[in-house]
Amino acid sequence: MSLPKPDELISDVKLHSTPAKDWMEIKPELKKGYYLSIVEPKYLEELDLPHMGKWQPYDEKWPLPDDWREKVKEELQRRLRINRGFKLFMDICVRCGACADKCHFFLGTGDPKNMPVLRAELVRSVIKGEFSTFGKLFGRLAGARKLDEDIIKEWFYYFYQCTECRRCSVFCPYGIDTAEITMMMREILLELGIGTDWGIKPVHNSYYIGNHVGVPPQSFKENLEFLVWEFEEITGIKIDLDKYINRKGAEIMFVPLSGDYFAEPGIYTMLGYLVLFHYLDLDVTMSPFATEGGNFGFFNSLEMAKRLHSKIYDEAKRLKVKWIMGGECGHMWRVWHQYHNTFFGPIDFLEVPKSPITGTVFEHAKSNKIIHIVEFTADLIAHGKLKLDPSRNDHLVVTFHDSCNTSRGMGIFEEPRFILKHVCNNFVEMPENTIREKTFCCGSGSGLNAGENMEIRMRGGFPRANAVEYVHKEYGVNHLACICAIDRAALPTLFQYWVPGVEVGGLHELVANALVFEGERSRDVDLRRRPLKTPVKGVD
Amino acid sequence: MNVGWSFLIFLVLLLIPWVGVGVLGLQGLFVTVIPYVCFLIFIVGLVYRILNWAKSPQPFKIPTTCGQQKSLPWIKHSRLESPFNTFEVVLRMVLEVLFFRSLFRNLRADLQGKKLIYGSAKWLWLGAILFHWSFLIILIRHLRLFTNPVPSVIQFLDYMDSFIHSFGVPPVYITDILIIAGLSFLLLRRLVDAKVSYISHGSDYFPLFLILGIVITGVLMRYNLKVDVYAIKQLTLGLATFKPVVPEAKIGTIFYVHLFLVSVLAAYFPFSKLAHMVGVFFSPTRNMPNNNRADMHVNPWNYPVKHLTYAEWQERFREAMENAGIPIDEEAEKEEHEWYTIYGPNKNLNL
Repeated sequence: MSLPKPDELISDVKLHSTPAKDWMEIKPELKKGYYLSIVEPKYLEELDLPHMGKWQPYDEKWPLPDDWREKVKEELQRRLRINRGFKLFMDICVRCGACADKCHFFLGTGDPKNMPVLRAELVRSVIKGEFSTFGKLFGRLAGARKLDEDIIKEWFYYFYQCTECRRCSVFCPYGIDTAEITMMMREILLELGIGTDWGIKPVHNSYYIGNHVGVPPQSFKENLEFLVWEFEEITGIKIDLDKYINRKGAEIMFVPLSGDYFAEPGIYTMLGYLVLFHYLDLDVTMSPFATEGGNFGFFNSLEMAKRLHSKIYDEAKRLKVKWIMGGECGHMWRVWHQYHNTFFGPIDFLEVPKSPITGTVFEHAKSNKIIHIVEFTADLIAHGKLKLDPSRNDHLVVTFHDSCNTSRGMGIFEEPRFILKHVCNNFVEMPENTIREKTFCCGSGSGLNAGENMEIRMRGGFPRANAVEYVHKEYGVNHLACICAIDRAALPTLFQYWVPGVEVGGLHELVANALVFEGERSRDVDLRRRPLKTPVKGVD
Repeated sequence: MNVGWSFLIFLVLLLIPWVGVGVLGLQGLFVTVIPYVCFLIFIVGLVYRILNWAKSPQPFKIPTTCGQQKSLPWIKHSRLESPFNTFEVVLRMVLEVLFFRSLFRNLRADLQGKKLIYGSAKWLWLGAILFHWSFLIILIRHLRLFTNPVPSVIQFLDYMDSFIHSFGVPPVYITDILIIAGLSFLLLRRLVDAKVSYISHGSDYFPLFLILGIVITGVLMRYNLKVDVYAIKQLTLGLATFKPVVPEAKIGTIFYVHLFLVSVLAAYFPFSKLAHMVGVFFSPTRNMPNNNRADMHVNPWNYPVKHLTYAEWQERFREAMENAGIPIDEEAEKEEHEWYTIYGPNKNLNL
């Protein structure tokens, strides 16, 4: 799909003016490049989910089930009944507007329905209009309206223009979290049989094959073999892969991300993990089935999230490991950190994670026995267990992108920065209002990183790219480190469009770049075969 | 249009006591029945709302983490923005409820050419703080009408609020000025700011008109249209002690308007967005600690779900795995597990 030039793309964005028509009167107009395709019914069927047959969002009449109205009402009420957060968020908004210009999709489109408050109002109005006496009595005046088919279209359109990044919830005086609302609404759409191609296929893959991209175990191994072969070519160091795959009785089970062994630039992060394991001679293994830490189920329904990640604990049990470590991924850590324990706990067949290298007991993970590899590595560096030469990253001027989920759904800010400061010499922060808890989403999270919705991705990613552009121009930043696999998949495309000249990679790629191995040979390239500023002098 | 209708409804409400008391002489109705009924609605309604929220379980522990998590011992965690225990959550909530900490973070985004600029935007916070705090103090001050003798705390508050005596008699309450400033700002902002105006319903303007009406009638009573304070106290004290009396002295219609609007506000409160006053305490993104991995949160409706087992999966990939040299787990056994779903044709779970 061809997009207009970057300067033209956002020329229609007006942040301080609004349409003349009331938002309730504006019928949803599904713009090409803004929405995702609908998945083939067989995928939904095979996942025991309802479907609406073969159709696409651009169809004039959607093949909604006959009882769609009752269904939607029933499902809304069910969720109000079983989810206090959702009920509360529907009840207490005062429309102060603090959230309005916090959403990256609003900043990139200027569409008022992308203001978090109106996104929520799309549902709130129906809840008022269908269930509340006040709402029924006063209608529009109380912000209430009746359910109709256009509203379903509107929900589909706008709840798939939200990446569940939670930036709005940071600024809301009541902590109203649009991510929660989006999650509930996508669940309800799924109840009708509305599932996106990009959202459901990865779920299907992860469910039946083990990971989102559908890499079968033999290819999983082949991909890793290629990576360690490449590493050996560059450094002369041989990594034995066998012990890392499906070995029973290891101390740790590591769960990677499919994005990290599937395509560039994620593969270098995967290589980084393996290099670190080899360096430490860590007693770690990976399940060939639980090859996905990420969870696209989470973007469809909580039930699906739980269905996909059941395998992680089952596999830890089967492999008889003591605890679990997870790779660098964004929404994965929202699920692992905030949902796993509730989904699967109590996890009494594992032990409290303890670093075999430093002896540190990770007390903060004592209940669900899962730690982030960044926590693990930060602990290693703090104890001086890694010999690092940060000058090996001197060809890079690095900035760090806080991924939305790990920032606002976990709070891991210092660990990655601590590591970065030890593995590279040139580290520049992006402007203060665009990092840490105020960080901007890549615009492609929560199952939006497809091809058919490229325009909305580029618009939604604009605030992030804009901050990167600033440090790129101001400080010559040419590399962005992040701890999210979707970032690594989506940001290269985004930067190609907005700020060519900035590459993207995971944190452990930079760790591996800087690691000093005993007996390593001379080289003048990094692990991506980019030329080093000062060549490495080896023992050869 | 929303503004117009809200204002119209407000005007009608204004007229009701005017006609009711001024023309029809229904003092008794307006100083006893209506306030009692409305206050009852307020209490019952609010309790209903609270129970209603409390009844729905919070399935997951989902704090919005706005600061460093507690992880490694040498990393300082943000006690307020990423609270780890109940005490820290209480601190976070106190700052949120009393000082609107999240609102204080507010930024304003501007697009200059192709550049996004974020500026500080504290006006909304200031307006909200002025309004809410003044409202609270004024409310407490009013307790002097419902107590006899007036507790010294209230007397002191009253004294502090009116410590500027140079404006004449009676001394001007600072909160009277501040609440009008705050409310006017909030109202003007809603009218003038394009985005806020666009998202505003009639039900967003109405409480502003209502409260402004209450404040203005109150201020008029104190400074201009003098009313018989002794008679009012007789009345309010009667209300508070459940021995309502209709004072014989003529109080002035403005008082009845004031009291009626307050009654309307009380009755309207629990069923409108104003319920955010209690709702905020329930907000799961603020009132829960960020200690998920250390302390398990229980979801009462958690249920076993359908998932693929390793044994089934291995059967499918056995040959490929053998060829690739991946160890096969011969001990893995197929096991049936009980599962439920809320979806589709297999729906068998009723939550």
